[in-house]
Amino acid sequence: MTAGDPAAGSAALPVSIPTPAPVAGPGPLHGVRVIEIADPFCAFAGKLLGDAGADVILVEPPGGAEQRRHGPFVDVDVDVDVDVDGEPAAERAEHELSLAFWAENTSKRSVICDLETGPGRRFFRQLVTSADVLLEATEPGWLASLGIDHADLTGDPPGNPDLIHVAITPFGRRADGTPGRGDGHAVTDLTLLARGGPMWSCGYDDHELPPVRGRGEQGLRMAAHFAVMSTLTALLARPRHGGQFVDVSMVAAANVTTEFASYSWLAARETVQRQTGRHATARPTEPTQVRCADGRYLNTGVPPRTPGEFESLASWLTELGLDEEFPLFALLAMGSEYQRLTLQMIVEDPLAGEVFGAGREAMAFIASKLPAHEAFVGFQQRGIASGVVWSPDETLADPHFVERGFPVAVDQPQLGRAVVYPGAPIRFTASPMGINGPAPLLGEHTDAVRREVT
Amino acid sequence: MTTTPQALEHVRVCDFTGQLAGAGATRWLASFGAEVIRIEDPTNQGRWDILRGSPPFKDERRGIEFGSGFNNHNVNKLGITIDARTPAGRELVADLVSISDVVAENFAAGVLERMGFGYDRLRELQPSIVYVSNCGFGHTGPYRDFKSWGPIAQAVSGITHQSGLAGEAPAGWGYSYLDHTGGYYMAMAILMALLHRDRTGEGQWVDMSCTEAGAYLHGADALDHTVNGVALRGDDRPASNRSASPAMAPHGVYRCAGDDNWVAIACRDDHDWQRLSRAVVEADDPVAGELRAERFDTVAGRRTHEDDLDALLTRWCADRNRWDVEDDLQAAGVPAAAVRRPGERIDGDIATRDLWPMVDHPAMGGVRVDGQPVRFSVTDWSITDGGPTLGQDNHYVFGELLGRSASEIERLEDEGVI
Repeated sequence: MTAGDPAAGSAALPVSIPTPAPVAGPGPLHGVRVIEIADPFCAFAGKLLGDAGADVILVEPPGGAEQRRHGPFVDVDVDVDVDVDGEPAAERAEHELSLAFWAENTSKRSVICDLETGPGRRFFRQLVTSADVLLEATEPGWLASLGIDHADLTGDPPGNPDLIHVAITPFGRRADGTPGRGDGHAVTDLTLLARGGPMWSCGYDDHELPPVRGRGEQGLRMAAHFAVMSTLTALLARPRHGGQFVDVSMVAAANVTTEFASYSWLAARETVQRQTGRHATARPTEPTQVRCADGRYLNTGVPPRTPGEFESLASWLTELGLDEEFPLFALLAMGSEYQRLTLQMIVEDPLAGEVFGAGREAMAFIASKLPAHEAFVGFQQRGIASGVVWSPDETLADPHFVERGFPVAVDQPQLGRAVVYPGAPIRFTASPMGINGPAPLLGEHTDAVRREVT
Repeated sequence: MTTTPQALEHVRVCDFTGQLAGAGATRWLASFGAEVIRIEDPTNQGRWDILRGSPPFKDERRGIEFGSGFNNHNVNKLGITIDARTPAGRELVADLVSISDVVAENFAAGVLERMGFGYDRLRELQPSIVYVSNCGFGHTGPYRDFKSWGPIAQAVSGITHQSGLAGEAPAGWGYSYLDHTGGYYMAMAILMALLHRDRTGEGQWVDMSCTEAGAYLHGADALDHTVNGVALRGDDRPASNRSASPAMAPHGVYRCAGDDNWVAIACRDDHDWQRLSRAVVEADDPVAGELRAERFDTVAGRRTHEDDLDALLTRWCADRNRWDVEDDLQAAGVPAAAVRRPGERIDGDIATRDLWPMVDHPAMGGVRVDGQPVRFSVTDWSITDGGPTLGQDNHYVFGELLGRSASEIERLEDEGVI
């Protein structure tokens, strides 16, 4: 088996439970129009709504959204002479080749609308009047200073009283633009995760090494998820309660996405401590991450406790011809003599504790002798939880994800070919979610949208 | 409970969820006024949700009514017990499904089907039912029977790999980030399917897989591979305290004075960089001169020489108080934040002072829990009640909602059905 072939070692399992095959057709948010003021802090929320079938109209300044200038960029020679009115290729290249923009702006239409000018604001008001949702992450007070904040947009005709206005800001804000407490502090994904709590729990056993932030701007994702849940909740409430303003605080979103760390403090005033590849806890726990024969890692999950699990580990070791090499084999074999190892038995009976330890060591031993994916499938087929630590591209290539149709090909006009994207995060069966087109070219839909709303 | 209008007061959920990946989803619905009826198994004291009796404990009191995670994840929900192995129990489940809008569960794939409540049966009972299942790998595909929990889903979806320092093992996430996030996606699934039902009259099965939700989160990195062929695995990867997208430097976490004290600093652009170097000069630090070297003038230069840059900032922070570093840089307009311990942010950050509501729990007493990080101007959330004790709402649900008489309920109790 080669390291680059995630398919090797996997075995097809019987699929016995019928699920209705997903149908083609409009997504669950078909008919919902969202106006999004382009900003890196709300782009992902807009993508989620667009992938779910909403008509998301991205409002960009004449120079294009900031995210269009974020790398990484397409790294190959491409002919950017795509069909957009007479703009020099060099400038097009500058704002049409950002993968950061592509990743978070699928399923949207783009209009150029300069909110700093009177005509731009008139167009913006027309857009908002036609819409169900306004999604934005502007600095508190900026929209108010332009006369296009919540009250201006929802008040006297032609205001839209049914508008759901969702504002994402670092520290929250009021409908009138008043900032939340703590405002004025500059933030990035990194500093939000540091201030908001997730980072305290992430890192290594060795505390000489710093706390770690996960890649992929997850701090921004946390707020985006709450913005989407809020949008949907407000849409469901709208027939009875009308439109409203929704204030999403990014630092608060991080604070409530910390699991154990928060409720250990809230309930027991305990402070968790970070550990390598496993839960931060107030009292240290045993490692659960093993380096496998191919250099990849495996998360070994929960060690065996039942006779069946001990027996299958022992027989797997024997099958692999490793039973004599594994020093704790005799202890492992004793695992089948316990009905079920409970925490109490492990603590009170020294022998039971050693048997339990032998189970954990056997998992680590087997994992160290096999490629990670083979170990993962082997444990799981024996009913023992574990997980291969894939990189994102390996996940996309994994046969399970492929069979479920998760990776999808999206035609990319800049390249003249299709590109593989992560597809739908939610598998609906009657109203499919999925990518409804690549990120728009700058201003690609200005004329069409203007015709629709004027 | 509250006089604020409730966004989801018209929604009733027949809730088989547990742990966090499922219970976190219905928690959101319950905090906006949905009637969430959580079903538990009376024969094993509700222990299929291991959090019911798991630490941490308030005041060291142990038992199935004292799990603080269970309390946190199940606020505002009703709790009933039904032994669905018995015919009378299955009749109660069927009756409850027939008056519900949503059935939610995060069992392993196929468990609800084996209990006799697969999608076809649910649809028979309530034709427009929204059925959302959520498990590690979904109900189809080669891994459908594989076991999962947060750390495993994080590993297989690429999330664990993407968190770590260059040259070190994966650090991963020190908690079940993907149980939280899988729960958010499950809540979205329920809400989206309800919007679809309201528009078309049609219900559906949503077959959620937590690992797919996780694999959706990678952003530009996934495309850097599929478009540019960049290898996402390697000795210099993932270096996740640095920022390639967008390109920023300095961008790191630096040790400060004291025990395990750290500060995160990010310069978004050259302006931030100039502000930072000015702040260092004002602090009259010996590293100031070195920071002013020409090679650090542009973000490209700072990224190229990031090891040297980090070494200088490490020196600058080493003997400083992390709160002073945060204050000085924030005053200069540079993003900076001390890495906060749980107590420091929960009890010490003015920005989130109102985030932690106190609930009343019948056994634990008053306990603070996670709030929602949003405010609605008309139909705001409200969290007032602790997680339900085992079977605490049996009489209301079986009597008032399902029309069983007091004597019938007594008989069901005697027979161990509820």
